[in-house]
Amino acid sequence: MLRLKITKRQEPLVWSSCLILVGAVVLSLMASAVLLALQGKPPVTAIALLFNGAFGSWWAIESCLIKAVPIFLCSLGVAVAFRLQIWNIGAEGQYAMGAIGATWVALTFPDLPGYFMLPGMLGVAFIAGGFWGLIPAVLKLRMRANEIIVTLMFNYLAILFLDYLVYGPWKDPVSFGFPMTPEFSAAAVVGKIGNTELNWGLALCLFAGFAMWIFFRFTRYGYELKASGENIRAARYAGLPYDRLVMVVMILSGALAGWAGFIEASATINRLQPSIVVGYGYTAIVVAWLARLNPFNIAVASVLLAGLRVGLENLQLDLQVPAAFGGIMEGLILLTVLAGSFFIDYTIRYTIRTREKT
Amino acid sequence: MNFEFILTLLAAAVQSGTPILYATLGEIVTEKSGILNLGVEGIMIFGALAAFLTSLSTGSALLGFVVGGFAGALLAGLHGLVCLGFQGNQVVSGLALTILGTGLANYLGTPFIGQIAPGFANLQIPVLSRLPVLGAIFFNHDALVYISYFVPPLVWIFFRYTRWGLGMRAAGEFPPAASAGGLSVMGYRWAGILAGGYLVGLGGAYLSLAYTHLWANGLSAGRGWIAVALVIFAFWHPGRAIFGAYLFGGVMAFQLRLQALGAHLPSSLLLMLPYALTVVVLVLSSWKRDASQAPAALGINIEPSE
Repeated sequence: MLRLKITKRQEPLVWSSCLILVGAVVLSLMASAVLLALQGKPPVTAIALLFNGAFGSWWAIESCLIKAVPIFLCSLGVAVAFRLQIWNIGAEGQYAMGAIGATWVALTFPDLPGYFMLPGMLGVAFIAGGFWGLIPAVLKLRMRANEIIVTLMFNYLAILFLDYLVYGPWKDPVSFGFPMTPEFSAAAVVGKIGNTELNWGLALCLFAGFAMWIFFRFTRYGYELKASGENIRAARYAGLPYDRLVMVVMILSGALAGWAGFIEASATINRLQPSIVVGYGYTAIVVAWLARLNPFNIAVASVLLAGLRVGLENLQLDLQVPAAFGGIMEGLILLTVLAGSFFIDYTIRYTIRTREKT
Repeated sequence: MNFEFILTLLAAAVQSGTPILYATLGEIVTEKSGILNLGVEGIMIFGALAAFLTSLSTGSALLGFVVGGFAGALLAGLHGLVCLGFQGNQVVSGLALTILGTGLANYLGTPFIGQIAPGFANLQIPVLSRLPVLGAIFFNHDALVYISYFVPPLVWIFFRYTRWGLGMRAAGEFPPAASAGGLSVMGYRWAGILAGGYLVGLGGAYLSLAYTHLWANGLSAGRGWIAVALVIFAFWHPGRAIFGAYLFGGVMAFQLRLQALGAHLPSSLLLMLPYALTVVVLVLSSWKRDASQAPAALGINIEPSE
């Protein structure tokens, strides 16, 4: 008789997270191929199109990196909060608030020179996103309101607020009724790097990622944060300022997403419009979890999932596959990675027993 | 605002509160067994699509309703597989489920946008609908609303008076004791996930079969998340879930009517109402409440025994 037995590994399996990620991507691709085939689309061609669209040319890689910027910033923010076991699901709304804040600067002071304008937009985006993260933190600490639900509701609120602004007070009078603000002045646009399509948002990512690494590695706050995340109760006994940490973390988390909104509004779209909100905040959660909250891995996973989005645009054009397909793949990858992580800590042994007679 | 207006508003509150009620009750069942399922939003919209497509292809709205529930249970089953089978994090798995469910519904539903499927029409209950006030509010709806009246008492009786209900509560409160007492914690948690997913799926089916009769992307519009919040508001009690669901149904109906009346407020600000109210309600019901109301082992996986 075959018996399965689950036992905990003595040591976590090394390199397994990489294997699991690859396995998850392969499994999700297979499941997606089945879905495509069901709708009468050629699955193999589709997957080839997806890869080509994402990484097949310099142009594709450029678009990948451009999309990876907001995803990386949001994800870095989400990961900081997750480290402290604060479930910030609100990157999407914090991103929208950051875009709103940056746009406010660009529209209110259109004549500012570039060296005031961009830092101003950066600063206000930081404040707006951080503020949108701070409120749920305060509600959690003072009123014990569940941060998952509050941050999620704050997403809806921020996005509707953005809609209100671009349909109402901020609408471009010469936009022929389209909901969008006037185009930013040249000083309010984050420039391109050399003669590539890439923008300096990439440098902001490097800065943020590096700063985060320093923060966790070398500062007292960062250390306390790591300690608290690993064991909240022990951290409290040790007298670490848990409440203050939660607030700092949520401000940082929101501010990073806010920066993503700033970059997207300023560098990519050059104005504020509803289509700026495309779910980067949710993708960021997938990325953070795939990367197991490590900043370097987040960079890799951001490019990977940005590639999925860019590749999908190819699929949309050539095979009329709806954009929602990306959600299916993201969801499947995350679910399989979650399930697969089981094998890092556990192993299944099987033994063959002969039936014992007593 | 006259009496007539308030009466139709209250009736509309019941109608638009019904999908939220199904979903809230589903999540209560799941959470009572100790599993936190944040996939409600995704399950709901997936159920809505399954119900719609079934009704469209078979012509039977009732079959669509039942299938919507099964589709919900199926998707919730993935959560069970990840969390019960593979010890995955319940919060993240639920979020993944929402992303997946929304993606599936939008992907599979896109060719059907704007199409109309047979749904449930108004069905006046002969004597009861004549009752003053109450008749207009509660007994002048479609059949699915009447079915929803029976669910909260059934859930309440199940948890309060049946052995299985007690077992499920034990699985959610203190799994080691439950399994020491010879109960299959895994079995009860699976049952909680699937039954809860079924109810959430029914809530989705209500949206596409009775609330709109037509398919549109993003039909659930955050109702699943509101349901998750309402579980906390209801202190995991089916009776209070009714009140919460109709409150939100009322706000949604009110907001729609204000827009229809051509109020001078921009629609995006009016649309904020239910979400803002969710935060307010959540804060008020969390404040000064002792946390012991939640199932004690909610969200905690059971380690496989050595």
